[in-house]
Amino acid sequence: MPFRFNDQISTADVAFEAWGSTLEELFISSAAALLRTMSDTPHEVARRQELIIRLEHEELDLLLFSFLQELIFYKDARQLLLHADTVDIDGKPGAYNLVAHVSGELIDAARHHLLVDVKAVTLQHLRVVFRDNQWMGVVVLDV
Amino acid sequence: MSLPAQLRKISDTIWELPVTYKEGMLVPARIIASESLLSGMEAGVFEQAANVACLPGILKYSYCMPDGHWGYGFPIGGVAAMDPENGVISPGGIGFDINCGMRLCLTNLTEAEVRPRIRELVDQLFNAIPTGVGCSGSVRCSRNKFRQVLETGSRWCLRNGYAVPEDLEMTEEGGCFAGADADACSEKAIERGVDQIGTLGSGNHYCEIQVAKPENIFDPATARAFGITIPNQIVIMFHCGSRGFGHQVATDYLQTFLKVMTRTYGIKLHDRELACAPFRSPEGQAYFAAMKCAANMGFANRQVILHRIREVFSKLFRRSPAELGMDMLYDVAHNTAKLEEHLIDGVKRQVLVHRKGATRSFGPGMPGLPDCYRESGQPVIIGGSMESGSYLLAGTAGAAATFYTTAHGSGRTMSRHQAKKMVQGRTLLEDMERRGIHVRSASYGGLAEEAGLAYKDIDLVARVTEEAGLSRRVVKLVPIGNIKG
Repeated sequence: MPFRFNDQISTADVAFEAWGSTLEELFISSAAALLRTMSDTPHEVARRQELIIRLEHEELDLLLFSFLQELIFYKDARQLLLHADTVDIDGKPGAYNLVAHVSGELIDAARHHLLVDVKAVTLQHLRVVFRDNQWMGVVVLDV
Repeated sequence: MSLPAQLRKISDTIWELPVTYKEGMLVPARIIASESLLSGMEAGVFEQAANVACLPGILKYSYCMPDGHWGYGFPIGGVAAMDPENGVISPGGIGFDINCGMRLCLTNLTEAEVRPRIRELVDQLFNAIPTGVGCSGSVRCSRNKFRQVLETGSRWCLRNGYAVPEDLEMTEEGGCFAGADADACSEKAIERGVDQIGTLGSGNHYCEIQVAKPENIFDPATARAFGITIPNQIVIMFHCGSRGFGHQVATDYLQTFLKVMTRTYGIKLHDRELACAPFRSPEGQAYFAAMKCAANMGFANRQVILHRIREVFSKLFRRSPAELGMDMLYDVAHNTAKLEEHLIDGVKRQVLVHRKGATRSFGPGMPGLPDCYRESGQPVIIGGSMESGSYLLAGTAGAAATFYTTAHGSGRTMSRHQAKKMVQGRTLLEDMERRGIHVRSASYGGLAEEAGLAYKDIDLVARVTEEAGLSRRVVKLVPIGNIKG
């Protein structure tokens, strides 16, 4: 299970925990949780358009914040729902770089069974940690 | 839930956390609530209200309104006034949906005239007002024109045929925050919002056809002053904000403030979500100018939606909006920071009031109100869930202590996932239909998340604002039709 929603840490908004055996997998799981927040049928989001996202940040949790925020930006600016296909992260504390290949398609209310519009990623409880031999992230989305 | 041990009862509606509750608190935190509402608040509300009390320059108290609940940064329902000279501005005290707000429009129609056509009406409204995830609007404008929207708000709508002059008079700040500067906004924010004028969004955003039933009028004289003059009069209430543009402005400046808050200004806080900068700093002033652009986008968004609502009613009832008496009653913002004059320890001074999920509630005679509301006080619109109804209230002199602020809604008590586990969207829709509320929603799942059981008792919230002296009830408005994103 790469992510699960956690009602215990947010009432009005949507909180999730995501996991990955690598940092890259964690970011892909987090993108899946974001998509699942907006669509009841994320598997119906076809990979018709591809985009490359490049980001850098000093801190890992804020890199995840920026990555998810990019996906939210494309949802509004281009009406795209997106899967994260591959994510590559390199660097070290103080200078992380991310290159992500994402793909998806224009929002189709009939097929995508839309749920709630995500406004933003918050800093509430935001964290990325390596624990029990896997990467774990906590994110609260403003909806 | 157990309440913090240090919470002291000041009165039946005021509860206080002293400055000793948490290291760094500069002022006490005050929760405005009845015992019943207080006992339903999450522990996070008290922590967040205490965190706000640590912000540099905060004056008097960190407040939480009766509909308060656990948010991010400030609690939802959080209010704080800062000294503009040595205090901070924080996007976490305004929210991502800058100038999310409520608008109420009158009609001279009655329930008897509208109910037989409610399905048609709701369907046509649903078609005219884009709703749901990532929706874009019918107003097409270039980026340059959008910058004009950002700097002039409802005035742009008036110039472009989406408003009548009286609409601006009935909007907080005349529908335009002065000093908005589009150059303070990122290209990303502009790209995100340029196609979203006139869109409702989703979540708790809605447009509702409501009835003012005679038995729900608490104050007939003020109701008349507000234009509620006919038994079972139909009004239209809607709730939305600045859409993706405002969300991006908040996100951009949250990141800017994170970079400079400690490094440049030496500010350390309990919660990163309260990232801030001194109000008079270059970053603080840039955010204030951009936030005003988002506030203006919020006003323009609601103005275009009102225009579409008038078009729908006019077409369906074959009368002009003027003939249908479709005058705006008022528009209130509930996610802003504003420079206002308030009495602080007996001295009138300018302060920066942050309201996050909280409504301005100016009392009778206060400057800034339309002449027609000088005696009554400002109309205050508090939205409930789509099942429970909403309230029209009036601002009071007693709200001075909270910087003339009252509640904004009923406040969630249950997470969205929990609500969906307990209610099925289609079942809820059919049940509401049986109860005389016709609903169209972009999503059954989204509808279930907004079920009435997920919210506090709006009757109690409205009553407590009155008991606390923050606003007084004028009329409860009950829904007969609703569109949701």
